[in-house]
Amino acid sequence: MKALGLYRVIDEEGEQVGDFDVDVDKLLDMYVYMVRARILDDWLLRLQRVGKVALHAPNRGQEAVSVGATMALDRGDWLIPSYRELGAYLVKGMSEEEILDRAIANIDDVLRGSEFAVYGKRSVNLVPAPVPVGNQVPHAVGAAMAAKILGHRTVVMTIFGDGATSRGHFHAALNFAGVFKAPVVFVVQNNQWAISVPARRQTASVTFAIKGVAYGVPSVRVDGNDVLAVYTASREAVERARRGEGPTLIEAVTYRMGPHTTADDPSKYRDPEEVKLFERLDPIARFRKFLYKKGVLDEDQDKRIWEEWGSRIEATVKKCYDKPPLPVDVIFENVYSKPTWNLVEQHEELRESLKIARELGLEVE
Amino acid sequence: MRRNPRVVVLGEDVGRRGGVFLVTEGLIDEFGAERVIDTPLTELGIVGVAVGMALYGLKPVAEIQFIDFVYEALDQLLSEAAKIRRRTGGMYSAPIVVRGPCCGGVRGGMFHSQSPESYFIHTAGLITMMPSTPYDAKGLLKSALRAEDPVVFLEPKILYRTVREEVPEEDYVVPIGKARLVKEGSDVTVVTWGAMVYQALEAAKLVEARHGWDVEIIDLRTLFPFDKDAILESVEKTGRLMVVHEAPRTLGLGAEIAAYVAEKAIDLLRAPIVRVTGFDTPFPLVHEKLYMPNVARIYMGLSKLMKY
Repeated sequence: MKALGLYRVIDEEGEQVGDFDVDVDKLLDMYVYMVRARILDDWLLRLQRVGKVALHAPNRGQEAVSVGATMALDRGDWLIPSYRELGAYLVKGMSEEEILDRAIANIDDVLRGSEFAVYGKRSVNLVPAPVPVGNQVPHAVGAAMAAKILGHRTVVMTIFGDGATSRGHFHAALNFAGVFKAPVVFVVQNNQWAISVPARRQTASVTFAIKGVAYGVPSVRVDGNDVLAVYTASREAVERARRGEGPTLIEAVTYRMGPHTTADDPSKYRDPEEVKLFERLDPIARFRKFLYKKGVLDEDQDKRIWEEWGSRIEATVKKCYDKPPLPVDVIFENVYSKPTWNLVEQHEELRESLKIARELGLEVE
Repeated sequence: MRRNPRVVVLGEDVGRRGGVFLVTEGLIDEFGAERVIDTPLTELGIVGVAVGMALYGLKPVAEIQFIDFVYEALDQLLSEAAKIRRRTGGMYSAPIVVRGPCCGGVRGGMFHSQSPESYFIHTAGLITMMPSTPYDAKGLLKSALRAEDPVVFLEPKILYRTVREEVPEEDYVVPIGKARLVKEGSDVTVVTWGAMVYQALEAAKLVEARHGWDVEIIDLRTLFPFDKDAILESVEKTGRLMVVHEAPRTLGLGAEIAAYVAEKAIDLLRAPIVRVTGFDTPFPLVHEKLYMPNVARIYMGLSKLMKY
């Protein structure tokens, strides 16, 4: 049973152990997306440390799931991710600049300073994640049902963590998807930890994938540190959905190498030896070994990729760093389609309080 | 649904059964099972999936079989539907309509009688309505279907059977945020909504006959954003304000209206504001008519206002 196994294409040593159908250019694209996500992740961590970013949810170790799953989508498909999917945002078509503007919440932040750690772009059907864990899972099913009702061939993918599978949103969504055969792909980033709660305390089920089986949703468990396994399983799920055969649940087994967020301290609950073990299973290192063995990439080329993206992203950070902040009026934006009378009154109150603060020389922010 | 092919209805028993109060009766025959969707039994799923449908571009009307069961879906309603416009910087919105029978008077007990409007009103991003007549039910629902914001549409279930009137066949809307003047009067303003409009009317007749007091009654219809101008204009004329609602008193909408009038127009008031409401208890199965504001309690309140 696929929900109990562990599907792989590449083993820890970078040896091919399964079939795949990806050309050389796409293999390199996958690798570059993972590298970009890793570099950007490190920058966001640093920017948080200096107080430029409110909060960051580190992605390190989970890049193969983010990139592998979303590269299986076609251009018009929808993605409703969680807040830890930098690779997915890049694949879907957000640029580093757009991501950094958002993280810093500067004048060019398209989400207008509404929340931390989430990213989106309507023109590429990337719906910003909610911060409450797993709230987006029923949205993906609703969007997929809507696509089906309207006769579109759109597939909707949602990504969420192992913790989300304990919430009612997940169960209601899986149940609806099974009953209505919605064209949706559920990807569980099983990164072993929901803040401090390990996967074995999240569920007594033998795997997370098995949960889908009970809802009549075909489910598969894959090695989430193997980008080709994630891609191949996701591609199959996307194609099935597009053929009208309904939803799939993919559990991608991976590891959160960093803290839950920059506000977390894993030394309180996690043995550092465990992290060292998983560092040896790093998805980027594993894919690189594979690409070397296949002759798709060599050391010089690899060095150039890291250097090139390292300096490009550094330049982007510098560009975004000094952009002006958002105006205070964003507090009253996008509450209703048109501001209601109470918001108009309260907005005026804010303006007046700022005027008085200036007159009195008070520091109010 | 004839006018807008993107409108879909989803909920428990809304299809073949036509809803437990037959509000959606016949829709499945005209629009098919793809637009009138009988769902599994989960309010969280119904509202969560409706939000997703709206993100994609449909106009879903989610029925909660009894509004008392909406609490399972509050995360989707308060955290998602209400906030999606804000949290996506206006990129996406989820203008769903969540409708369901509310309020007491049919011996429904604790879980088939509640008036939970305050939860919705307290959450920025939602519009909340409660019609008291068939004409307004149609007109407000049409406004809800055309609104660009999510709407919670509360239907006092006792009125399904007790109030009848001819409703025009043609297309019309009752605008959002506009109250209805139920009865003109000069001595005291009663602001109310839903089935309490009829209790207020009875009490008004009684005090007029016994004391000659002339009561003005305002039916809010839209509970948020409420028609502040209608309230202030009336209080300017009468100098006395009563709010009547079935929901519990503490932090009920009456508290907000009272505070609003006190802030804006305390000089106009000739007596302290009076609230006649449900008690701050769970809704009782027995003696429900004593829990809900009735003519005696409204009479008591009016006497207090007039004799102050």
